[in-house]
Amino acid sequence: MSDEGPTLADLSVGAEATVVDVRGPRAVSRRLMEMGVLPGTRVKVVRVAPLGDPIELRVRSYSLSIRRQEAAGIALADVRERS
Amino acid sequence: MSARRTVALAGNPNAGKTTLFNALTGARARTGNYPGITIDRRSGRWSVGGDSVELFDVPGTYSLSARSPEEQVAVDAILPPEGPAPDAVIVVADATALERHLYLALQIVETGRPTVIALNMIDEARKMGVAVDEEALASRTGARVVSISAVRREGLDALGAAVKEALADEAQARAPEPLEGPLETDVVEIEAVASGLHPDEPASAIRARSTWALLSLGDDELVGVPASLREVVAGVRARAEETGRDVDRELIAARYARIDGWVRDAVTAPEGGATRALTARLDAALTHPVLGLAAFALVMFVLFEALFAWSDPLIGLIEDAVGAAQGLTVATLPPGPLTDLLVEGVIAGVGNVVVFVPQIALLFVFIAVLEDSGYLARVAFVIDRVMSGVGLHGKAFVPLLSGFACAVPAVMATRTIENRKDRLVTMLALPLMSCSARLPIYALVIAVVFPANERVGGVISMGALVLFTMYALSVLATLSAAAVMRRTVLRGPRPALVLELPPYRVPGARNVGSAVWRRVQTFLTDAGTIILAITIVLWGLLSYPTSEPVTARFDGLRAEASEALSGEALEERLGELDAREAEAQLPHSAAGKLGHAIEPLIEPLGFDWRIGVGLIGSFAAREVLVSTLGVVWGIGAEEDEESVPLRAALAEARRDDGSLLFTPLSGFSLMVFFVLAAQCMSTLAVIKRESGTWKWPLFMVAYMTALAYVGALLTYQGGLLLGFT
Repeated sequence: MSDEGPTLADLSVGAEATVVDVRGPRAVSRRLMEMGVLPGTRVKVVRVAPLGDPIELRVRSYSLSIRRQEAAGIALADVRERS
Repeated sequence: MSARRTVALAGNPNAGKTTLFNALTGARARTGNYPGITIDRRSGRWSVGGDSVELFDVPGTYSLSARSPEEQVAVDAILPPEGPAPDAVIVVADATALERHLYLALQIVETGRPTVIALNMIDEARKMGVAVDEEALASRTGARVVSISAVRREGLDALGAAVKEALADEAQARAPEPLEGPLETDVVEIEAVASGLHPDEPASAIRARSTWALLSLGDDELVGVPASLREVVAGVRARAEETGRDVDRELIAARYARIDGWVRDAVTAPEGGATRALTARLDAALTHPVLGLAAFALVMFVLFEALFAWSDPLIGLIEDAVGAAQGLTVATLPPGPLTDLLVEGVIAGVGNVVVFVPQIALLFVFIAVLEDSGYLARVAFVIDRVMSGVGLHGKAFVPLLSGFACAVPAVMATRTIENRKDRLVTMLALPLMSCSARLPIYALVIAVVFPANERVGGVISMGALVLFTMYALSVLATLSAAAVMRRTVLRGPRPALVLELPPYRVPGARNVGSAVWRRVQTFLTDAGTIILAITIVLWGLLSYPTSEPVTARFDGLRAEASEALSGEALEERLGELDAREAEAQLPHSAAGKLGHAIEPLIEPLGFDWRIGVGLIGSFAAREVLVSTLGVVWGIGAEEDEESVPLRAALAEARRDDGSLLFTPLSGFSLMVFFVLAAQCMSTLAVIKRESGTWKWPLFMVAYMTALAYVGALLTYQGGLLLGFT
C-alpha cells in the first residue's frame, strides 16, 4: 500500500488535487462517493480542526468534513500546492 | 383513507426542507411517527390552486440508498414496500450547491413519480453569481423546476402551480435511461426479480428498486428485504468482484456523469466555483486553533449554565404549583385512600412529567439555534477528535454534556446523530453522567458522614474532594461504558465521520419554535404517560398494604391528642403522628417487605433494609431517596437534603448490632451506587421513546444496576480490607 501515490491525508491546507480512487469499508466509500467524492472529482483541503483531526474539504461547491483515517483511503493525482 | 392526494417533501439535510414545510403548511402540521421507528413523520394540509393536498415530510437524506432501517424510512416514503406511493414528490435542492443536491433529485426522478425540483435559496445563489436555467434543467431532468426562497417565502405560488400540474400528469415516467456496459446487464438481472415482487409497477419504479437493491444490500442492517432480492444482488456483486469491477462506483459515477451534463447545460457559476465570504470569515474564527476552542468553550458554557441555572426558577414554579394543587386537593376532598392516590400518585406523577419541560425546552432551543445556524456541525468538527477516542461521534458531545444537567433532555438530544448505533451508544452511556438529581444525594450523605470542617492536607475540604471524585467517576464510567458497548453489544463497522459543514445562516424563529414544541409535545405524550404510570405504581408499593393494628393505634393517639390539645399545639402533634404512622406503616408495605427481602443482597455494600427501601423508592427519581429516608426515619416526606433533623437522625442511625449505619465508608459506597445506578424511571421512559423498543431501556437498567452493585461492593469491601470504616 505504502508505495502508492499521495492520499488526501497527505495534502496540506490550501492544496488541491484530483481523486483517483476511493477505498475503505464499503459503507464509508459508498457514502463518500454518493456525497460526490468520485474518481475525477477535484478536492481542496480548506482547514484542519483545532485538535488536528478531522479535516475540512471543499468539493462540488460545498464543505465536507472527514477524519484523516477516511482521508487516507482517498488516492489522489495532479496535486497542486497552495498557489 | 381519504382520497386527498399526497405530496412528499424530500431533500438533503440543510436544504431548507423544514423551513419550506413550515411555510407551506403553516400551523396546521401534525407530528406522528414512521411505523416501527422513532423518526417524526410530519404532515399537514397545503392548498395548491384550490385543492387541498396532504404534504408530508421525508427525513432529510443524501441518497435513496440505505444501510439501516432509519435510512430506509426515506426510501420507503418514496417507494413504499406496499400500498400507494405519493402522488407527487417535491425535492428541495440548495441552488448554491446544486451538484450534490441533484444526486437525490436524480434518484427521485428515476422512480417515475411526478417530481418538482424546488431550487431553494435562489436569492443567495444569485448573489454568489450562480444562475440556473430552469427550463433547460426541466427538459434535461424531466422534472418541473421552480426557483424559490423558503426563508423569504418567494416562489411558493409557482411551486403550488407546478405541483398541481404534476398531480394532473397521467402518463409521466419516461422510460429509464439505460446504463453502460456490464452494469446494465447487472441491473436488468435484478429487475427480473424486482418485477416479480412488484408485478403492477411501471418500468421506472422497478429500475429504481433494482438500483436501490444493488447499492444498499450486502453490508446492510435492513429488515424485511425479500430473500430472492438479496440472493440476486449477492450473485451480481460476487460476479462483478471476480472481474475486478466496483459496481457501487460504476453506478454512482454514472449518476454523477448525468448530473454533470445537466449542470453544464443549465447552470452558470463563477470561475473557481461559488464561494461564501461570510461563512469563510466566520469559520476562520470559529474553527481557529485558539479562537475556535475558546468560542466552543463559551457556547458550551452558556448551554450548561442555561440547563442548570436558567431552568431553575421555572422548575421551582412547577414544583410550587404541584404542591399547591396537592394542598388544595387535600383541603377539598375527604381524607381516604382515593385522595391519597390522587395527591401522591396522580398529581405527583403529572408533576414528575411537567418538571422536565423547562430543561427540555431550553436544550432544544439551543440545539435548534445551533443546528439551523450551522454551528452544531462545527461543534462536531471541533470536538470529534476527543469523542472518536471512545468510539463516539463528534455530535455526541452536546448530549453528553447535557447529561450533567439531566439525562432526559440529553437522551432526546441524541437525535442529531444520524447513525443508529452511534445514537444508541450515546443514549445508553449518558445516564452515567452525574446529573443534577444526584446532587441532593451527595449533599445529604456528605453532610451526614464528613464533618463540615474536615480538610485534606489542611486546604481542600473533604466534602469538595468527595464531590469531585463522584463527578470524575461519572465521566470515567460514561466514556468506559461507551467504549465497551462499541466493542460488544453495539459492535459494528468502525464509525466514520462524513459530515457536511453547511454555510452559516440566521436561524428562523418559527423553525426553532416548532422544533421545540414538537420535542416537548412528544415527551409529554409518549414518555410522560410511562412516567405517570410508574409514579402511581411506586406510590402503591410504598403505601400498601397497611397494617390494621398500626392504623388503629394511631387513630387512637390522634383522638387522644384532639381531646387534650388545641390550636397550634394540636396541629404540631397531628403532623408528628402522621410522620410516625408513615414510619410505622412502612415495614408493612410492599416496598418495606421488599427492602427486607433484599437486605442480604445489599448488606455487603454497607446498606441495611431501610436504605433498601430508599433505593426502591428512588427508582422514581434519585432525589426521592431523600424524602423516602425522611419517611423511613419518621421525620416526614417533606424534608429536603438541608433538613437538620434528617441529617441528625441519619448520623445517629444504628444497625442491629449497635454500630453506626452511616460511616464515611458506607456513605461513600452509597454515593458510588448512585453515580452508577439507573435510578430514574424518566430516563427509562425517554429511552423507550427514542429507541422505539423496551429492549434498550431494560438493557440500560440491567447494566447500570450491575455496575452500581459491583462498584459499591468493591468500594465497601475494598475499603474494609484497607482498614477504613
